[in-house]
Amino acid sequence: MADDNKTVRDVKFHVTRYNPETDASPCVKTYTVPVREGMTVLDGLHYIKENLDASLAWRFSCRMGICGSCGMLLNGQPTLACNTQILHIAETQLTVGPLPNFEIIRDLVPDLMSMFEKHRALKPYIVRADEAEVNDPAGEFYQTPEQLEAYLQFTYCIKCGCCMAACPTLATDARYLGPMPLSAAQRYNQDTRDDGRPQRNQVTGSAHGAFRCHYAGECSRACPKGVDPAKAIQHLKRRLVLDYLRLARRKKACQKLHGPGQGQPPGNIPAAPPRTVTPSA
Amino acid sequence: MSETKYWTWHMAAGVVIFLLLGLHMLVMHLGGWTHLFAPFGGEAVSRDNSLFRDGKLFFTATYILLLGVALYHGLYGLRTILFELTLKPAAEKAVTFILLVGGLGLFGLGTWAAIVVHAAAAAARG
Repeated sequence: MADDNKTVRDVKFHVTRYNPETDASPCVKTYTVPVREGMTVLDGLHYIKENLDASLAWRFSCRMGICGSCGMLLNGQPTLACNTQILHIAETQLTVGPLPNFEIIRDLVPDLMSMFEKHRALKPYIVRADEAEVNDPAGEFYQTPEQLEAYLQFTYCIKCGCCMAACPTLATDARYLGPMPLSAAQRYNQDTRDDGRPQRNQVTGSAHGAFRCHYAGECSRACPKGVDPAKAIQHLKRRLVLDYLRLARRKKACQKLHGPGQGQPPGNIPAAPPRTVTPSA
Repeated sequence: MSETKYWTWHMAAGVVIFLLLGLHMLVMHLGGWTHLFAPFGGEAVSRDNSLFRDGKLFFTATYILLLGVALYHGLYGLRTILFELTLKPAAEKAVTFILLVGGLGLFGLGTWAAIVVHAAAAAARG
């Protein structure tokens, strides 16, 4: 029964419950949540935990679509619980389940380790050929706005796992690298500061790598940050083939700026306004 | 990286199949209009016209090429489908081996048949 004057309507949450230590298989429990305008699914889960069932488990942190912790299956769609308003997706019924294609730790908590192991295997960081520069950086690396634009979209990934949950290939082939690690590989391959593409090609071009993608595009549809992993994988495939045929154009090396003052800012940037608060000592 | 090699040749085989099927359409299904490689008139699939083409080295070569690329393209596609059944690594190796041996066997048989028919047709033509 709603206990708040602002309640718009009651919504039944059909939540998947599972404890691997005691349950043979997952089951669904139903909770009635009084929903207010602007209430997110994450708020609804908090309501259940505080008022109806304290044993319910899920993962969350930032509550504003940045940390990627609260990815779950809402009405059959993988998405972030904090980023989804209940009234936008449910009339009176809402199904809440854990992300598919992952083992369940408990209730709505997926085990994302398989995703992060694949991610780690693809060296998701800048790999430099010049070891000395890595150990003892002598300057900054300059990138043009166009060079930044080439990979910027893929940097928005928050590793929530929604794309992995939506991927039909991953559902049948657990060893497939999946959209998140592959788009991370593309992000670093496209970076002009990076020299690690040949190393990543060994993994992305393997039997369960980029070529297993059928371009269903579900990953891009599910991504709450607009990363478009499907596009990244198609770019990755093209680059793998061009590298194999030795037709890839050499990436223009990043210009290194030695010492301060060599990177000149464009002249049309207005000066910052004066401080309004003096920092304390 | 090996999958990149297989996949690149899979795509290249698809392009070659497209071109050879275009030739097939031109000769076999548009023959009444184009009269290409059908010097005896009538249907392109008539015995005389077929023997005429079989006696040409160009056609024997295209038959063998089409057989090779179609087998590679089809069997690689089948391997891809089978790999999505979450096979164990040993089973994947076995599937690859069986398809490779089966493909080479079929290619050998088809090539032998094409060469024998070519030789017979060329001898009959004198």
